[in-house]
Amino acid sequence: MELEEIAKNIRKKIFLMSCRAGGGHIAPSFSCVEILVALYFKILNIDKNDLHNENRDRFILSKGHASSALYSILAKRGIIEEKLLDTFCQRGGILGAHPESHSIPGVEVSTGSLGHGLSFGAGMALAGKINNKDYRVFVLQSDGECQEGSVWEAAAFAAHHKLNNLVVIVDYNKLQSLGRTNDILSLEPFCDRWKSFGWSVKEVDGHDISRIIENLESLPYTNNKPNVLIAHTVKGKGISFMENIPLWHYRIPNSKEEIEIALKELGIDRKEFEEGRK
Amino acid sequence: MRNAYVSALYDIAKINKQIMSLNADIGAIVFDKFKADFPDRFVNVGVAEQNMIGVAAGLASCGKIPFTYTITPFITARTYEQIRVDVCIQNSNVKIVGVGAGLVYSTLGPTHHAIEDIAIMKTLPNMKIISPADPIESKMATYAIAEIKGPVYFRIGTAGEPKIYDEDYEFTFGKGVEIQPGEDVTLIATGSIVYDTIMAARELKKKGISTRVINIHTIKPLDKDIILKAARETGAIITIEEHNLEGGLGSSIASVILEESRSQIKFKRIGLKDSFCSFYGTHQELKSYCGIAKEDIISEVISLIK
Repeated sequence: MELEEIAKNIRKKIFLMSCRAGGGHIAPSFSCVEILVALYFKILNIDKNDLHNENRDRFILSKGHASSALYSILAKRGIIEEKLLDTFCQRGGILGAHPESHSIPGVEVSTGSLGHGLSFGAGMALAGKINNKDYRVFVLQSDGECQEGSVWEAAAFAAHHKLNNLVVIVDYNKLQSLGRTNDILSLEPFCDRWKSFGWSVKEVDGHDISRIIENLESLPYTNNKPNVLIAHTVKGKGISFMENIPLWHYRIPNSKEEIEIALKELGIDRKEFEEGRK
Repeated sequence: MRNAYVSALYDIAKINKQIMSLNADIGAIVFDKFKADFPDRFVNVGVAEQNMIGVAAGLASCGKIPFTYTITPFITARTYEQIRVDVCIQNSNVKIVGVGAGLVYSTLGPTHHAIEDIAIMKTLPNMKIISPADPIESKMATYAIAEIKGPVYFRIGTAGEPKIYDEDYEFTFGKGVEIQPGEDVTLIATGSIVYDTIMAARELKKKGISTRVINIHTIKPLDKDIILKAARETGAIITIEEHNLEGGLGSSIASVILEESRSQIKFKRIGLKDSFCSFYGTHQELKSYCGIAKEDIISEVISLIK
């Protein structure tokens, strides 16, 4: 399957599982679909039959609220069973609105509270250096998350220790829960911030899978610096009325009109949607 | 206690290559030997405690056994959510070592006193808490902690605590220690104030009051048996700690007694009375000021059992 097709499929899954659950975060998940497809289908060195191999690449979904995107991609890669997605946020299930590492195969770190993933990832990267392993550690962060001070403690640490095996990808959709990032607590000049902290910085269109892959295939960007790829994205990408509207951070469509438009734009047939709701 | 900890950690690190020490710019000189002999395994993360805990959890997920170290409020309260999410929720094999238990950093003031750490650490699922009473126990507990899987909070003093135990003392995780027998009342203490408690018991003996003294070095999980036995046999319990009364050792013991003891007992807690200490002086002077010195223990015993 073409990677773009996979991305389309992942969006369908996210939408269906979130509507069934009546919860989760659709728009923040949609903004990082292409990033996850690039990572899980081209970049990450992981073996679904040997998930704890000590030489594996590590991936941390620091923006844990995009869990539905992660679960969908894990299912697509055969790491978790596809039918598990139907249990998202359901009674007795293991797939919560934020991912937990102790119960879900392929989830490296439990996340949900923002500003934790980068320190955790820096520790993994440091262990890799000490143990002479050549795995990489990828941390996907949201832009709002970069308002947490702990992110910058970790950024300084990673640069100081020259962790070139550490890669941050920022899902820079320019929105956070209550509004525009620039209106609430500006991150700009965002690239310069990372540079001044001693990181190698690249930027990419975060919905262009082949460009994301190109950028991640050229790692490390420099020999002795950690790497950050700023992915410019659209929050809610894929459903026109959600795109770039802060309100949709954790809303699930429920009006007839909204659902009608979403199904049409995502290419989900009505029958599949109704089945999923049962 | 601090030196005993550092030297025990060095001993373990010599044998176990996974042991690491992460420090937040605290521990001058005492860590020099560790640093010199294990340069890869000593990381001064700088004045960035939250990151230290997250990094430690990441290291632990790759098989390392990180001992994180700095002054108590900065490694417990400052980093609380990192400990909760990165360490406790994920049951990470990270050790949290807080130096400066209670009021021992007397002149540094309330920012550096540790009077709520037991309360906030004990409410975290998966966390275990060890609070040694003297340097020997600090050393033996350090060996034990390295063998315990999962999060441990280790609450130690600084330097110069009087010895309570002999060199051949055996530390058993989760088991309280009866330091001396007694029939009329039981004093249960934790940390370096166990010494003051023993001194108080000696004076009480001269006054004809037979006083049992128990050291609770493992605050969580708590040794219920030794507490219930003391309740049954002495009928009066006083807890002593260099910590706020709210949520400290005394409150844990009160819960055990209320829920599980069938004996009618008299009970009193000695600790800081829900206030910060902005009084300056020596450690002993602060204890007196806060009403937790030897003399206070003696008068509380007398008024409880008279």
